Amino acid sequence: MANIEQARMALLRRVLEGEGKASLSDRRAAFDNRGLAEPMSQLVDKVARSAPGITDEEINRVRQTGLSEDQIFEIVVCAAIGQACRQYEVAKAAVEAARRN
Amino acid sequence: MRLKILDSGHGFGTKALFALIRAASRQEILDVIKLVKYRPDFYGNPMSKVTQEAMRGASPWSVGDRELMAAFIAKINQCEFCTKAHSAVVDLAYGNKKKASAILCDLESSGIDQTLRATLLMLGKLTREHVVNADDMRAVIAAGASFQQIEDALAVAFSFNIIGRLADSFGFSVPPPQAFDAGAKYLLSRGYR
Repeated sequence: MANIEQARMALLRRVLEGEGKASLSDRRAAFDNRGLAEPMSQLVDKVARSAPGITDEEINRVRQTGLSEDQIFEIVVCAAIGQACRQYEVAKAAVEAARRN
Repeated sequence: MRLKILDSGHGFGTKALFALIRAASRQEILDVIKLVKYRPDFYGNPMSKVTQEAMRGASPWSVGDRELMAAFIAKINQCEFCTKAHSAVVDLAYGNKKKASAILCDLESSGIDQTLRATLLMLGKLTREHVVNADDMRAVIAAGASFQQIEDALAVAFSFNIIGRLADSFGFSVPPPQAFDAGAKYLLSRGYR
């Protein structure tokens, strides 16, 4: 998989630095699962830690803060990618540690 | 789905494509397709390149092995849509209708290759606990995996730890088995492009 890092970095650049309906700071905060206000903070944390438990009501609460569906879409995508990135980076570090010893 | 834009917010060309697919396949459009085709420049296009590389790029793992990893990760994430979708691909790839369910129900007695088994266990820990360490990787290596195989398996995990979260967050509906069978044929013949 010679091109996986290139593809992965292109995805991260697109969602975190490219044009979007949500602000760059909100997309970054969702990616990092840090620094968002309620109720978005709770939704982002559930995307990262317990996505099967997300309810219609939680999405509706975020919608009622005035965010558009496009903004919610982008923020949820960033939250999912952020958690997968953290898992991936932890695992890659473990591979490097095993390679050294 | 929980966001109306993902159900019906696509452009005219995409809606026309969906109508053609519905007519040809006699199946509803899977929610995962609706997701990747919604504003595809933001998520669908760059994510498809990642997934295509992880699942169909050059690797010591077979396509069936990687689809099994995807199904296994989905099961750990309790994502019903992804578990069923990729189990269907596993069964088709291995030519055994009960292969995926046998492995997912009881990995220990499934009789799969020990290298693949150890790799699945490591992916399971990473997915469930969000952390693995050097000892976990050494266990996979001791079971016969190369560093390349581990890194390729981690790429599969990266993709499916995103897709499963989105399936559950956006509330993908779970279609009947024949829809997954049709999807499996498509994924085996065309990949994730």
